[in-house]
Amino acid sequence: MKRTLVALVENKPGVLNRVASLFRRRNFNIDSLTVGRTENPAISRMTIVVEADAEKIRTQLYKLVNVIQVEDVTDLPEVTRDLALIKVRVDSKTRGEVVQLCDIFRAHIVDATPEAVIVEVTGNEDKINSMVELLRPIGILEMVRTGVVTMTRGDHVLSPNGYKMRPSGNGYRTNVL
Amino acid sequence: MKLTGAEIILECLVREGVEIMFGYPGGAILPTYDAMTKYPQLRHVLVRHEQGAAHMADGYARATGKVGVAIATSGPGSTNLVTGIATAMMDSSPIVCITGQVPSTAIGSDAFQEADITGITLPITKHNYLVYDVRELAYTIREAFHIARTGRPGPVLIDIPKDVQNAVTEFVYPEEPIELPGYQPPQYASDEDIAAALRLIEQAERPLILAGHGIVMSGAGREVLEFAERTQTPFALTLLGKGGLPETHPLSLGMMGMHGTGYANLAIQNADLLLAFGMRFDDRVTGNLKTYAPNAKKIHIDIDSSEIHKNVRVDVPIVGDLRAVMTQLLPHVKPMEHKAWLAQIRDWMEDADERDIVHRDVGDRLFAAHVIHDMWKATGGDATVVTDVGQHQMWEAQYYLHERPHTLITSGGLGTMGFGLPAAIGASLGLRQPVWAIVGDGGFQMTMTELGTAMQERVPVHIAIINNGFLGMVRQWQEFFYEERYNATPMLSPDFVKLAEAYGIPARRVTRREEVIPAIEWANSITDCPTLIDFVVEKHDLVYPMVPAGADLHAMIRRPLPSEDSI
Repeated sequence: MKRTLVALVENKPGVLNRVASLFRRRNFNIDSLTVGRTENPAISRMTIVVEADAEKIRTQLYKLVNVIQVEDVTDLPEVTRDLALIKVRVDSKTRGEVVQLCDIFRAHIVDATPEAVIVEVTGNEDKINSMVELLRPIGILEMVRTGVVTMTRGDHVLSPNGYKMRPSGNGYRTNVL
Repeated sequence: MKLTGAEIILECLVREGVEIMFGYPGGAILPTYDAMTKYPQLRHVLVRHEQGAAHMADGYARATGKVGVAIATSGPGSTNLVTGIATAMMDSSPIVCITGQVPSTAIGSDAFQEADITGITLPITKHNYLVYDVRELAYTIREAFHIARTGRPGPVLIDIPKDVQNAVTEFVYPEEPIELPGYQPPQYASDEDIAAALRLIEQAERPLILAGHGIVMSGAGREVLEFAERTQTPFALTLLGKGGLPETHPLSLGMMGMHGTGYANLAIQNADLLLAFGMRFDDRVTGNLKTYAPNAKKIHIDIDSSEIHKNVRVDVPIVGDLRAVMTQLLPHVKPMEHKAWLAQIRDWMEDADERDIVHRDVGDRLFAAHVIHDMWKATGGDATVVTDVGQHQMWEAQYYLHERPHTLITSGGLGTMGFGLPAAIGASLGLRQPVWAIVGDGGFQMTMTELGTAMQERVPVHIAIINNGFLGMVRQWQEFFYEERYNATPMLSPDFVKLAEAYGIPARRVTRREEVIPAIEWANSITDCPTLIDFVVEKHDLVYPMVPAGADLHAMIRRPLPSEDSI
């Protein structure tokens, strides 16, 4: 079963490599891994979807010095989003069909030429998968997905605050406030 | 005070309490070697191969409990450290490796002697650094030592480009305590954990302590022994746990696992409670996990949370420092008796005694077990012994009973042949006293180049070669599991006595039992340089008992009884 982990890590060069290397070395299969900044520039946030023993992964991640907090959010109420850009081949007949599908999925056409349109769709993985399946017979030319990002609902938070960057040389050092 | 990066490195080493460094110079680390002339308080030991430097730092660390330091240049200098770093990682040994790197402007250009050593060592270090700015250097070194020695210790590598070593900056030593948001080693258990453990302890009728390296590393020997005596709980040791508890103690069952004592393994399989103290249920200790200790509840105390449930699911997991947790537990532990259980174990012990080779008349043949048993007697069981890897290592573990922590130094997790001699050099230099290196003829030849280092530094390492002319442990597997096809295991060796003499190292050969103790006493009388004894032993002897890899722990191959076999 797929599990979703959210991790707060120090925003430093090489940290993504350390996490990816850990998954390879321990033979954990990554389904999706996304990383980006948080409101605290010292801290990055990862959403990791895996098909493996999430508790083992959590304790292994904690062994990395740059990993601050890891939580398995699979069983918590959450909002999960994936974004896809899908370039579809269209002609005068199929363009309308694509526009209709976009309405149903609350997707947007963000680029249009006589031969092709780019559809932008956001949602959870299932929604995007359905959209892809419906567009496939029309003719998908190119597709890219961001991988999922997850946030738990309500007042349950993984806060990146409480850490600060101490400028030092050309690098930054993260300290507990 | 303005200092160069190279001077900052050495200044920081002095402040970390470093007294000795093991290394090998080269282009990218030359600025640091040049600066060493200004720091005579830091002794540098020139090795013959960088692998030796890493093992020496490791041996030093395991003998003294302090952080060992290895230094190498970029490229091949750094990659030669890799085996030593992986060895230290698997056995949680605190070492700091400092490597030179090509100038930062040349990184990524495939420059001469460039290797991505931080990339290469990423999975075999506890943490590593590539320092691009001289202003980061002091803090990084301080952090590296902190990470190496705290929590579950391990190797840390710092890669320092040549231009960073040459750069000059104002040196300010960071005095404030290291605070890392993602690194807070656990200490104490919760009250609930202690209560849960106590409930299981009070209910147990056949309890058994499994004592691992954590006992030695956290210095919990006294507390665990107090627990064992008060509750009359027998204890078995892992290979790296040896020394953590006194093996001559009546509650001691010796080593457990693949080549452990039969009675330790039978005790595990029949126990109703396992108290796993600072050990990690390695496959060499458990055998088949499906049939492992089937009737036992399990309490697991370890400082590394990732070890909990990793191989064996346990009933009460406790993450913390073993000594800290034992001090929480002990005040609540009541005296107990387990007479029937201990009597059962005594029966198993008698059977093992009957099978033991040291109790048999073997004529004028010399068995490795005799050599090690006699060495144990001749050294009063109090020597620091460093081993290599293979049959001799297991015989050491079976026949040399250790009483004190840090007195057995051996590569357990990685099983690194070639570890013995360099680690013994590091241990002896750290302890400032003689140590014994028990090695096989195979492993010794992997790093015997360090005889040069031992003699140049006049290190009193007494080298005992258990010479059977074979890669004995591999030969043993071929005998048991590959229908005696001895492919690539017979080994030609040089005349080790002449080889030692070429270095000016006093040496002799022993072929008969009665020569063993005099030879050991001879070596012990020499304390200002290495010695070497070539013990020529039975070629075809086997390490018994043996649990085949992956087999049930109770399915041991035992040494035949005297009535069943001539030997």
